[in-house]
Amino acid sequence: MPAHDLTIPPATTGRFGVFGGRYVPETLIPALDELERAYDTARADPTFEADVEHLLSTYVGRPSPLSDAPRLSEHVGTRVWLKREDLNHTGAHKINNTVGQVLLARRMGKKRIIAETGAGQHGVATATVCARFGLECVVYMGEEDMRRQALNVWRMRLLSATVVPVTSGTRTLKDATSEAIRDWVASVVDSHYVIGSVVGPAPYPRMVRDFQSIIGREAREQMLAQAGALPTTVIACVGGGSNAIGVFHAFIDDPAVQLVGVEAAGEGLDTEHHAASLSRGTPGVLHGTLSYLLQDAAGQVHPAHSISAGLDYPGVGPEHAYLKDIGRATYVAVTDHDALEGFKLLSRLEGIVPALESAHAVSWLAAQRGRWRADDSVLVCVSGRGDKDVAQVSEMGILAP
Amino acid sequence: MSVTISSERIAEQFARLRASGRRALVPYVTAGHPSPDETLALLSGLEDAGADVIEVGVPFSDPMADGPIIQASSQQALAAGMTFDGVLDTVSRAKLGVPIVLFTYLNPLLAAGRDALTRAAEAGVHGVLVTDLPVGADAEREQWLGDGPLAFIRLVAPTTPQARMAEISQHGSGFVYLISRLGVTGVRETLPPDLPATVRRLRQSTQLPICVGFGVSRPEQARAVAELADGVVVGSAIVRAAGESVESAVTLAASLRAAIDTVSP
Ligand SMILES: Cc1ncc(COP(=O)(O)O)c(C=O)c1O
Repeated sequence: MPAHDLTIPPATTGRFGVFGGRYVPETLIPALDELERAYDTARADPTFEADVEHLLSTYVGRPSPLSDAPRLSEHVGTRVWLKREDLNHTGAHKINNTVGQVLLARRMGKKRIIAETGAGQHGVATATVCARFGLECVVYMGEEDMRRQALNVWRMRLLSATVVPVTSGTRTLKDATSEAIRDWVASVVDSHYVIGSVVGPAPYPRMVRDFQSIIGREAREQMLAQAGALPTTVIACVGGGSNAIGVFHAFIDDPAVQLVGVEAAGEGLDTEHHAASLSRGTPGVLHGTLSYLLQDAAGQVHPAHSISAGLDYPGVGPEHAYLKDIGRATYVAVTDHDALEGFKLLSRLEGIVPALESAHAVSWLAAQRGRWRADDSVLVCVSGRGDKDVAQVSEMGILAP
Repeated sequence: MSVTISSERIAEQFARLRASGRRALVPYVTAGHPSPDETLALLSGLEDAGADVIEVGVPFSDPMADGPIIQASSQQALAAGMTFDGVLDTVSRAKLGVPIVLFTYLNPLLAAGRDALTRAAEAGVHGVLVTDLPVGADAEREQWLGDGPLAFIRLVAPTTPQARMAEISQHGSGFVYLISRLGVTGVRETLPPDLPATVRRLRQSTQLPICVGFGVSRPEQARAVAELADGVVVGSAIVRAAGESVESAVTLAASLRAAIDTVSP
């Protein structure tokens, strides 16, 4: 059976090489056009930038610190620096994007905000900024994730968001995203859909990247100021890919800086139970974008698996697909088991309990002893804190305190 | 089967209907739901009940434009092992006299390979509609569909501006599928009040026949749509009935047919 040549770049905008695009029902096309126009207008408007910066500094707590990590450095045999997105208000990088998109939605006159969430971090961040501006907020969350992340469900409800359980399909992030899109198709006139990662149809991957790129801009300056040099390697976990693209972006034009994205290998890359779309997927279309995808030969999307709800997604942002294909970034994967080791390691060596998502990046780093010289420096994005995961991990009974 | 015969069958069918002053009944079924054998029985039952064109859904794991009824039918069909070539096999075994339109998402269609459209034409499919491939989204893939042996049916939404309606019609063939309302497929109690105005705008933008779908479920609604458009698409209501039994879906189709035929030419 002759396959499609998906390497021919389609002649449309909103692409990263061949990846990206706008594969959505016709109903959404005018809304995406409107969003794109509104976003490009806002970007060119200094008052919008000032509004975003004001909230990021006075509400989110930016800039987030760059911490040195002496004991982890000794463990790995090189100098390790941690970009502390875990210290943001609501506990993860997700709020960088939410602040930007909610401010944009206000400019567009939208009264109602829709979001999907996996780990609940994006849902909490969205509910938080909606509470700050008095906007109605509806969050779609898979039933399975509601169970794994009960604390975040409670937080969203406290913030007066409506959390809608999604019972279709895999009952995780994939189906929550489909359900949020279905809501948006019906409510597009008065609602804005705040996508939580660099996925979905154009202009979302570019817009979310821009809002998250504050991570890398700060980290680059902080590295120069505190370490006196750019990092040898930048490491971040990859679910949809927003914290990774956010920290990578400021370093893309520094060819000597290696960029490493760490996917979830779940029970192992050679099993059916992982979420490593870049390492093991093939190009395909899901949720409006062409990118690497876990799918079978018939083009049916394969359910992802990861111990961390935030990485449990069968697709990945199209810009990562592009960075992988041109060789600018490298993508590796870490199992559930090893991520738990990373969770424990950062807690014990540095007194920082990372989110299980971020623990994947820590774990990969910890396994690379000997890869770097002692005077190299490695930057790790700690995308979030682990408070949300403590109950889940303690119930597993595997990490004796 | 030659290239022209497949794609032109739909145009011919609408020309015939127009000549006799009738509107088309276009039921939708998810291939493989409730089971592959019942789909076969359903297809011939729907033809006998007076369907003029039948839409056959290729089940997909992530149908983001579909409501709960078609989602569930797709999951059931996939669980029963339905595949793209399984759909084609069902169509070819059904040996229908009315034109068949495949209703699919892009990903399973791409996975079926570059010769998927030719295989579909050979199996007796006449048109294809891709839910998540709007006009201008992917020139390469749109050209593949536009140059292929099947009529390429495009969708228009209530949010589509008039200028874009004309553009969409130019890039499609067979008929134009007008989505009646904002939202996903499903069974709804009423028709949207702005539907007549939307159909009027679309008429000014295209010569192609117009079929209206999404939310149409009862005979009175079908009749009201038939007053405005050239064809009435009924999806979720047929699928829901098919989930009970093939007979109830066929009975529903017959009552829709009767209601549509009360519209005067
Ligand atoms: C703390 C944290 N890190 C990472 C992710 C993964 O998302 P992304 O790859 O978009 O950064 C999530 C998602 O929920 C998260 O909560």
